Amino acid sequence: MLAVPGAVLPNFGQTSSCVRNNGLFCWSWFSQHWSDTFGPAIGQHLVLTVIAVAIGFVIAMAASLVAYRLPWAGAGFNVVFTLVFTIPSIALFELLVPATGLTRTTAEIALTSYTLLVMFANFVTGLRGVSADVLEAAEGMGLTRGQRLRRVELPLAIPAIVAGIRVATVTVIGLVVVAAYVDNEGLGVPILQAIQNSSFKTELIAAAVLAVLLAWAVDALLVGSQWLLTPWLRSRRA
Amino acid sequence: MTGVLSVPLLLASANDFSGAFKFIGNNPHLLLTLSGQQMVLSGAAIGAAMLFGVPLGLVLGHLHKGSFVAINLSNVLRAVPSLGLLAIMLALISFGFLPAFIAMFVLAFPPILTNVYVAVDGVDPQTVDSARGMGMSPFGVASRVELPLALPLIFAGLRTAAVFVIASATIASVVGGNGLGNIIFNQPSYGLAGVLGAAITVTILSLLVQGVLLVAQRYLTPRGLRVTRARGEATALSVAPGGAENLLAAGTEPA
Repeated sequence: MLAVPGAVLPNFGQTSSCVRNNGLFCWSWFSQHWSDTFGPAIGQHLVLTVIAVAIGFVIAMAASLVAYRLPWAGAGFNVVFTLVFTIPSIALFELLVPATGLTRTTAEIALTSYTLLVMFANFVTGLRGVSADVLEAAEGMGLTRGQRLRRVELPLAIPAIVAGIRVATVTVIGLVVVAAYVDNEGLGVPILQAIQNSSFKTELIAAAVLAVLLAWAVDALLVGSQWLLTPWLRSRRA
Repeated sequence: MTGVLSVPLLLASANDFSGAFKFIGNNPHLLLTLSGQQMVLSGAAIGAAMLFGVPLGLVLGHLHKGSFVAINLSNVLRAVPSLGLLAIMLALISFGFLPAFIAMFVLAFPPILTNVYVAVDGVDPQTVDSARGMGMSPFGVASRVELPLALPLIFAGLRTAAVFVIASATIASVVGGNGLGNIIFNQPSYGLAGVLGAAITVTILSLLVQGVLLVAQRYLTPRGLRVTRARGEATALSVAPGGAENLLAAGTEPA
């Protein structure tokens, strides 16, 4: 199921000696192909990630709210999400191909499936972690069930919720690399090209390192957004 | 989804999957051999990761030291994609069992180390104090009190590592680590039926390993602790006492 297009082959005739000798990392080749290969790949990688995490967030949040009220339903979700999570990624991508083909839809269904367990588990833990005293105080203030959820339980669960989003996001960024086998997008594409082109090292290393840097950068962004969302934790720490 | 999965598509995929099961029925020997090779690669990597991760986590957790390294190593290495890691190993070492093995080891080590550390570090200090009061040596405390109490969480780390490694070992065939990926990445030779058949086989393999680890955990957990087993498992995936940082520490990730 290799979906690799006309490869960006290093031109062995006219290029630098570094590329001809397949040196460990050829900066000139990398900078030449930044704008036609790596830049666009990073953009596609981010789009695929954001879609999967956003859809996964909605499903996991709905499931965790149900599980919060109905523990037996929570156990059911947990079993289903754990089973899905256990399927090796390349297998799940391929198993969807007969139904949805070599498309972004195939990639997104599988990517979204992998976000569910992590986010669900963290969201439920966050909601259940709100202390009984706080809930009692909210009730004493006359808040309805819905108000309590929106104004007390969800805000207090933010650290756990963001933790779930962080793990899910970093996970998906890694899986998008594998998704290149069924959807010709993202940083997995140059890796597959490089593997086919007699292990062209510069391309292998560039794409892999960019994927790691992307994950770290997005993770840092999420940590920052949590800091902005939870001012009360800041004052406590200070 | 209904728009995507129209009736003709569903019929086509039913056809593809019956082909896949035929492939499994016709090639049991090939699939078993490749499964065996994949399990050798996965088992070797997980075994090596336990050889280093369990004692190190036990010592650090027993001393309550090194939490920064033990927890953050997982968070930092989680960002390394399995295929990216394999790509880097391919660039640095070339094709074969060794680059695949090293990549699998790097994936398996963090969840094992972090979970052993978090589990041992989190053993109730009063329990440890009573053990000391009974005259147990530090080694006795670690091996006969802390380790058994930490077992559920340690097994959770092991199961997480197994999920990563089996998934990645499938992909590892692109760098020469043999396994069911040999079929999945060679559609020209095996056809879609073969690719799907191998994908089904590797899914069953992964589920089987999880089942075996759950049963092993049940037998190894001391009888007095089995009641709290469910609670231990819940903390394994989501954790909690110390807040968001710990949530991330024992998080999971497919590869």
